[in-house]
Parts: sequence; structure tokens; C-alpha cells
Amino acid sequence: MKSDLDRYLEDHDRHDPLFVGIHTGGVWIAQRLHRMYGSDSPLGKLNIAFYRDDFSRVGLHPRVTPSNLPFDIADRHVILIDDVLYTGRTVRAAMNELFDYGRLASICLAVLVDRSGRELPVQADVVGKSLNLDANEHIKLTGPEPLALEMTTTE
Amino acid sequence: MTAFNPQLDQQGRLKHFLSTEGLNRQILSTILDYAESFAGVGDRAVKKVPLLRGKTVVNLFFEPSTRTRTTFELAAKRLSADVLNINIAASAANKGETLQDTLHTLEAMHCDMFVVRHGNSGAAHFIASQVAENIHVINAGDGSHAHPTQAMLDMFTIRRHKPDFAPLRVAIVGDIAHSRVARSEIHALNVLGVSDIRVIAPKTLLPKNIENLGVRVFHDLAEGLQDVDVITMLRLQRERIKNAVLPSEHEYFSCFGLTEKRLGVAKPDVIVMHPGPINRGIEIDSQVADGERSVILQQVSHGIAIRMAVMAMVMGSAPSEKPGEKAGGG
Repeated sequence: MKSDLDRYLEDHDRHDPLFVGIHTGGVWIAQRLHRMYGSDSPLGKLNIAFYRDDFSRVGLHPRVTPSNLPFDIADRHVILIDDVLYTGRTVRAAMNELFDYGRLASICLAVLVDRSGRELPVQADVVGKSLNLDANEHIKLTGPEPLALEMTTTE
Repeated sequence: MTAFNPQLDQQGRLKHFLSTEGLNRQILSTILDYAESFAGVGDRAVKKVPLLRGKTVVNLFFEPSTRTRTTFELAAKRLSADVLNINIAASAANKGETLQDTLHTLEAMHCDMFVVRHGNSGAAHFIASQVAENIHVINAGDGSHAHPTQAMLDMFTIRRHKPDFAPLRVAIVGDIAHSRVARSEIHALNVLGVSDIRVIAPKTLLPKNIENLGVRVFHDLAEGLQDVDVITMLRLQRERIKNAVLPSEHEYFSCFGLTEKRLGVAKPDVIVMHPGPINRGIEIDSQVADGERSVILQQVSHGIAIRMAVMAMVMGSAPSEKPGEKAGGG
């Protein structure tokens, strides 16, 4: 994933990017990448609870760790990181939230797992692993130490 | 089984916010936690989140108020709701319309939430009992009964400075008898586990049997402020003097006014709160109100975050089509 991301940033001429992870799994992945790159900018953490499209159905999500983007995002390149890309709704919400912090230069989406089941026209730029899963198969990242992927199947 | 509480829905979620009385620690802590998340919204380029987009909030104020009404309005707008401000004094109530008719008229306009300020105790409970199932009511102060969002923003301010509630000593000073803030604050402090809650006031400004609420009573300011961590000063309404409950403003200040000198017996890191508007030189000296122990202006900012949290919580309890649908992994 790191080498794919290297190549992507190189090909697209994106220097000194900011790392932003989506709570909770995405933050764990982002922490690893941020450390590997030895970035000078602090790590950004995004909680999309206030941007979800299911608020009117399920209400607020119980644990809302505040979003924390301790930098000015305007005109910067952002690497948006999540653990699993599934329906695309989380990424839609995350992009809306990012834009409320300022007009950024670009977003690159990096995910550990790209699984089937997209409901929105969202695609990742960098993918750790692609999986073809049925709707009743679920994949979840557990962590933070050690990071592991957990597969479950529901009836 | 818990006793019936009109503020909760069948799943125990907050449906209306009418009083801090009868709510458990988990609900109050959740309000504070959400407020912590919403507090950051005011620092961003776009000071808005889309949570209540398309919802309509009505500020129904039967009593004048500036800071409460404007912070509710700002909170609703930061949640992307549309806001109607209805000043009842200048509205149809003046033309003889009953409260029920006013409510039903607003319901017919498809409003989703009423924020109610009323001079009569119990008004918000009454309105909550009258409105349709899908409408939420927040009490913005009713008579001398309750002002729950003020109490919660005070709790938020306390927690920001002193994260552990249990060992705190908290003093509430002034017109306890007529104060909805005092009542709501005492309930909230008790629920959050504060061990030492004190009320300090002349006998004429204390309700009977106030000890039953779990507070210690003091009539002497110096004695009551000994080693306290938090002081809430209450506004003295001038009509109390007109009604001969108190001899004079000057005498009140000399006995119960908070001065820099009197602050000396409290803890060195004491915080001084006041729900506003303040009467300088009556209940609090300017030196204290503007001094380094004062958190009065922080309270105003925190009021927006608390009101966002409460509005989002009660709206989030709206009838759900499919609860628990696909929780994560989007």
C-alpha cells in the first residue's frame, strides 16, 4: 500500500501531503502511514458522525470523538484514509466535512480494503487489497495493536 | 423499571429536554460529550454541520431573553436548521389566541421543534404534552422551575476546568427561591455525583426545605465560600427589593456581593460563573466579573455547543424506520 501510495503521489506530483484518517479504523491505518512517511504535519482525524446520511433514521452515533484537523487545509493536498471502502457513503460524508474546513487542493483516497457493494460513484486511488464479498459477508478492522482484519458472515 | 419520565421515549432516549430532574448520569454525560464534539464546529472555516438540514426550529419566547434566544438560534443555524423567532408579546396571543391554537398553527406549518421560554413554571411540560408525536420541545426557562440547558452549559464549563465532578465543592449564591437556574443546577450536580453542594443566601431568598434537594445551607458568605472549587452567582432581580424581601441593593452587596477580597477563602483555582445578565455592584463586583477567576464569557460560548448537543439528541430520537441498519463499514 505504501509503495502504491508513493507511486500515486509521484505520478500526480503531490508533494507534502496532509494525512487524514476517518475514525476509527482509518485513523489506525493513517497513523501507520503517517509514521512511515515521517510527515512534519500532524495527523488529522475525521469523525463524520455529523455528516452521515442516516441521522434521521438512526439518530446520533453513540461515541463521537471530535474531529481534529490541527492545520490549515486550504490549498493543501490531502490523503484521506479509511480501513474499508464499502458503500461509499462514509467517503461522501468525509469529503463534505473536509470542505467545511477550507478549499483544499486535492484529495487522494487510500483504503486498506476495497470491497464490493458500492452504492455511490466513489473509488479509491490507492488500495491495499480488493475483495469480492457478498452482502452478507462483513469485514472489519480490529486494533489498534495489533491491527487485524476480521471476517464474519450473517444469515 | 424506571419511573415514567415525559422527556424520554420508549427506548429511553431523550425526546424532549424539559428539566435536569429525573435524568440519569449517562444522559447528562452524553450531552456533555456531544457538546465537546460540537464545540469545535465554531472554530472552522464553515461553522455549520448538516445534521438538522431541512428541519424547522421555532423559538417560542413568552418572556424576553437575549442571550438564551440568540444562542439557541445560533445553535440551530450551526446545525443547518431553519429558525423561526416568535415574539409572543407582539403576536396573535395578544389578539386573544389560546396557547393550544398557537401551537397547532405552528404544527400545521410543519415545524419540528419548539424552544420554549415562559414565565409560568411547568409551561414547557404542558406544551410537550400538547404537541404532536413528531415534535420535540426544549425548555429554555419556565418560571422559577427549570432552565436545563443553562444548567448543562454550567456543568460543561465546570468539566472543562475540573474534569472530575466527585470531589468538587460547589456554591450557589443569591436568590435561590426564584431561580430556575439554581434548581436545574442542583439536580444536575447531584446526578453527576458532586459531593458538596452549597447554597448561600439570606433566609428570605431560600425556599423551604431546600435541604431535601441534597444541599447544605449557609447564610454567611465567608463561611459558605470556604475552600469551594466553583461559585455560581445568581442575578438579583430588582423587584425583590421593591417587594421588601430585601432592605436595599447596597445592603445586599455588602452581605452577599462577591468581591475579590471575599474570594480569598475559596480554593486558589476557584472558577466564578454567572448565568447573566450580571448586575455589577449588586451581586458581583466588576473586579471579579472581569477578573481571572471569571468564566462568564466562556459560559456563553459553551451555551451554543450545549444547545447544539441537546437539539441533535432530541431530533435524533425521531421515529426511526429501521433502527440499527448497517452500523459501519460505509
